[in-house]
Amino acid sequence: MELNLSVDLGRGLKLKNPVMTASGTFGYGEEFADFINLDKLGGYIVKGTTLNPREGNDYPRMAETPSGMLNAVGLQNKGVDYFIREIYPRIQRFDSAMVVNVSGASPDDYAEVCRRLAPLDGVAAVEVNISCPNVKQGGMAFGTTCEGAAAVTRAVRAAFPRHVIVKLSPNVTSVTDIALAAEAEGADSVSLINTLMGMAIDVERRRPCLSTITGGLSGPAVRPVAVRMVWQVAKAVKIPVIGLGGITCGRDALEFIMAGATAIEIGTANFIDPAVTVKAVEEITDYCHRHGISDIAELRGII
Amino acid sequence: MKKQIIDFRIIDRKMLAGDRYALLKLVVADGSQLPEGIRAGQFAQVDAGCKGVMLRRPISINKIDYATGELWLLVRDAGRGTHAITRLSEGDMLNMVLPLGNTFSYPAAGSKVLLVGGGVGVAPMLQLGIELKAMGTDPVFLLGARSQTDLLELDEFSRTGKVHVTTEDGSMGVRGFVTDHPAMNERYDMVYCCGPAPMMKSVARSARKSGSACEVSLENMMACGLGACLCCVEKTVKGNVCVCTEGPVFNIDQLTWN
Ligand SMILES: Cc1cc2nc3c(=O)[nH]c(=O)nc-3n(C[C@H](O)[C@H](O)[C@H](O)COP(=O)(O)OP(=O)(O)OC[C@H]3O[C@@H](n4cnc5c(N)ncnc54)[C@H](O)[C@@H]3O)c2cc1C
Ligand SMILES: Cc1cc2nc3c(=O)[nH]c(=O)nc-3n(C[C@H](O)[C@H](O)[C@H](O)COP(=O)(O)O)c2cc1C
Ligand code: FES
Repeated sequence: MELNLSVDLGRGLKLKNPVMTASGTFGYGEEFADFINLDKLGGYIVKGTTLNPREGNDYPRMAETPSGMLNAVGLQNKGVDYFIREIYPRIQRFDSAMVVNVSGASPDDYAEVCRRLAPLDGVAAVEVNISCPNVKQGGMAFGTTCEGAAAVTRAVRAAFPRHVIVKLSPNVTSVTDIALAAEAEGADSVSLINTLMGMAIDVERRRPCLSTITGGLSGPAVRPVAVRMVWQVAKAVKIPVIGLGGITCGRDALEFIMAGATAIEIGTANFIDPAVTVKAVEEITDYCHRHGISDIAELRGII
Repeated sequence: MKKQIIDFRIIDRKMLAGDRYALLKLVVADGSQLPEGIRAGQFAQVDAGCKGVMLRRPISINKIDYATGELWLLVRDAGRGTHAITRLSEGDMLNMVLPLGNTFSYPAAGSKVLLVGGGVGVAPMLQLGIELKAMGTDPVFLLGARSQTDLLELDEFSRTGKVHVTTEDGSMGVRGFVTDHPAMNERYDMVYCCGPAPMMKSVARSARKSGSACEVSLENMMACGLGACLCCVEKTVKGNVCVCTEGPVFNIDQLTWN
């Protein structure tokens, strides 16, 4: 039976299958080219990019926790101009949708990064990170109020002509309200979840494990929270939802799709198995064959 | 050099220093060749394969022998993941991503070099010594440990080059730290060092004093090992850089140690 895994997220963002990579966990894609054929992915979302270069937080930035990890990278990157000049020409060769994850300290910052990315045809979409828990100003502040989310979405919408994904924070009382605010200002889709704010202490040394004390929790530990939030948001908004948080295989990805996600992203699992993304595509394919599914859309939002 | 995900099989395991270390000898499980061109300083991301450990653990190449197809790892039981790895048995499988990271630099043949290892930091020094010797430079090792029983692979080191030893309790060699050994005062074309951070810092200071060039191998905590997550950074004169891709070996002039 012919199987259609392709998904259309709107405003030109078409993926050959629903599997993408999560920002900050997949570098610029090329780091994984020894292990997988990136052409087989629906899309790849590159590292968080800001207007100016950022050194990020002090070491230690990582701690393993039960079925997950905390990170406090703090958006280390060389800035949007460096990305455009040095990295973009190298990673354009992949036959898969390139999405650039964008962060800023003010709505104008976000808009300026997007304005500079706009002329690059190879950037199919921007994913607006209004939810990073690891930077002092901006970041999560925008993601935790409807006004903040609306202001950033409005600014980016005016600056970028193609698909705009707004990435939501789980560290809020009502994630659906934030999603609705982004939708109202013209977001083409929303992705969730970013990391959950967490903390771990090294009791031997009597010190926090991270230099920043608190950080962002990711990995399988967060998956049930993420599935629940995707389910709630998918019921509330009309735009497509991209689900992520703790996905490690095709089965996990299907949970999000059944909860209402049109596409999914795989993050932390890339550290454990650098070939996990392509395996997930194969596992989804296999599932569809076993269950007589001819279009992935048949499974979307069935719960 | 292409990075690969490979299942290895353990063909030999020896516990060293009263069960606190294991020397594992491995071959590619399906009988195929080892990845070409693996060199001293590089490491593998090892799947500990045990409950409660999710991320891979970085472990240095202790020795690689293309003639026999053997790869050796020297592992200290430092926590949950390395505990599980040291408790594996002959015949068990170990999944690794390798080769990762950069290598030590090679001096001109006949150079005067000192290879300093502390604790499990001796691991990469064995393969480095073997490579230097093959290139016509006689390696001189300076190995430090708490006590005689903690000195690892002494037979292997002695087969490869001249060995100096320090122990903190004086049970063998010079009493004290590696930097208390007179060999440390001489000038070398290169001092190579791997061990606990405080030890590497004091070796770096003494190399500076004697006018020797010095390379150290850092052991920052890692998540991906591939340059993708930016968790393993070290402050350098070029800003924060990833130890897993731009290291683990750094010339001390690149670091902001003083
Ligand atoms: C490039 C590189 C090469 C290495 N080579 C070797 C080797 O050849 N043999 C060997 O035995 N060890 C080596 N290590 C250290 C080894 O990776 C750590 O001991 C291991 O990751 C600890 O994991 P665990 O689950 O056993 O301990 P955990 O339970 O995770 O932690 C136990 C303790 O170890 C500390 N720790 C955790 N990760 C590291 C780390 N990466 N480095 C140092 N301390 C850490 C923790 O802070 C904690 O105090 C190397 C590290 C790096 C980065
Ligand atoms: C090391 C690390 C760095 C991250 N950096 C970013 C980032 O720059 N921008 C962003 O929007 N999300 C970032 N994230 C969050 C992930 O994209 C993802 O939302 C989160 O990890 C949950 O997915 P997972 O459980 O599959 O990893 C980062 C996560 C990790 C672990
Ligand atoms: S461990 Fe991920 S970048 Fe080095």
